[in-house]
Amino acid sequence: MSTQATSPLFKALNDIASGFRLHKIWTMLGWQDVKQRYRRSVIGPWWLTISTGVMVAGMGPLYGRLFGQPTAGYVSFVAASLITWQLISSIITDSCQVFIAAEGHIKQTRLPLSIYVYRVVWRNLIIFGHNLTIMIPVFILMPFAIDISMLLALAGLLLLLVNSVWMGLMFGILCARFRDIPQIITSFLQIAFFLTPVFWKPEMLGKHQWVAQINPLFHMVEIIRNPLLGKSAPLFSWTVVIGITVIGSLVSLRLFSRYRPRVAYWL
Amino acid sequence: MAHINAKNLIVDFPIYGPASRSLKNAVLHSATGGSLAKDAANRVVVRALNDLSFEIREGDRVGLLGHNGSGKSTLLRVLAGGYEPVSGTLDMAGSVASMLSITLGMESEATGYENIAMICTLMGLGSREIAELMPKIAEFTELGEYLSMPLRTYSSGMHMRVPFAVATAVKADIVLMDEWLSVGDEAFSKKAQARLKEMLDSAKILVLASHSRALLENNCNRIFRLEHGSLVEIENL
Repeated sequence: MSTQATSPLFKALNDIASGFRLHKIWTMLGWQDVKQRYRRSVIGPWWLTISTGVMVAGMGPLYGRLFGQPTAGYVSFVAASLITWQLISSIITDSCQVFIAAEGHIKQTRLPLSIYVYRVVWRNLIIFGHNLTIMIPVFILMPFAIDISMLLALAGLLLLLVNSVWMGLMFGILCARFRDIPQIITSFLQIAFFLTPVFWKPEMLGKHQWVAQINPLFHMVEIIRNPLLGKSAPLFSWTVVIGITVIGSLVSLRLFSRYRPRVAYWL
Repeated sequence: MAHINAKNLIVDFPIYGPASRSLKNAVLHSATGGSLAKDAANRVVVRALNDLSFEIREGDRVGLLGHNGSGKSTLLRVLAGGYEPVSGTLDMAGSVASMLSITLGMESEATGYENIAMICTLMGLGSREIAELMPKIAEFTELGEYLSMPLRTYSSGMHMRVPFAVATAVKADIVLMDEWLSVGDEAFSKKAQARLKEMLDSAKILVLASHSRALLENNCNRIFRLEHGSLVEIENL
């Protein structure tokens, strides 16, 4: 191993690639995180499913009535929306802690930094898997059309995962260096939950729909939520998310190649 | 050939936050710790390692000697790959076993067996290798059925047997150790020392940090004396 002669960009790419190959480590760490949170609890991570389920059961009929929507369609909409939103928002909040939480490992070992990002993504994917089961009772109670286009939810999910990798690297670095950023992002996400069409629909805004359309989080929600309900997501949403993926990855890669060796010093 | 070649290694720890200025005055005249310096952006930094150059070849047993804050542990962490030097080059060849914090990655709610598997995974071992090593590690700990219990039920002596058994189970070319490891009660301790000794003897390079000159003289053939982050003397015994 030599620290000379290779460019920072090459080392950053190498970190991202070799980190991915160490999947045994990050899948273990991710599982460990989930298990640790629910050790000695009888139903463990299913508590998440239950709390999301309770939220759907409570908010669905209420807001359906408030917004004058037919209950059946609205409940399944809220269910798909909430689990998608929870995935996105917890990936963003957890991104802030990727390096901070792994301080011990980072300072003592030569493991690639990206494994802590993959760990967080994996952990959230496990939780999403648990949450996804809510769609089964929702479907049984309030059936919606099943369609081959639902497979597009997988494509949407995959795209979101790519985004979570760059977000993990970028927010992880920024938050390790500036400890106020996690607070900013957390409070921003709280308000974003209401501003993003999660439990309401952009159509309800009438001629002010642009408020939803300029919100990148809305498009991220759309490409997973809509296919989950058997509807296709607008091409515009796909375009926006793909654009974010490309730009985000480039910016993040630049940041990572520049500051990767500094992260250990900031912890 | 296993080797460690360092050239002009520098490690600076930046001090951030509003207190950095007054902090500078407070630490300026203290006798311990690295020296304070300013980096290119005029920030106050603690220079933990100052321009270290050395060559360690196969067969070397290097002892790092110095008072608190002289840079011993920082140097070990740099060798372990945790910190990348701010400047200078570090060229290492050979597999590295870091015994700097052997409890890393352990989980008190998980069982002994689970913890063994977790530490092994972190060391980069595959599931087949882990399955192969498991009985040997389990036997060495002498914990028997306790290994199926959560770690939090262990006494602190029993607790340390687990990571110790794992850390000494895998041979490596380069072994890094911060102070001599010792675990367990009298009977176990003897067995543990023999096992540690065997692992260290099979390593091609050992880098051991300690305050104790006697310990280093007994186990090393070279002593690097560090002072305020600088390598002031290399003694060949």
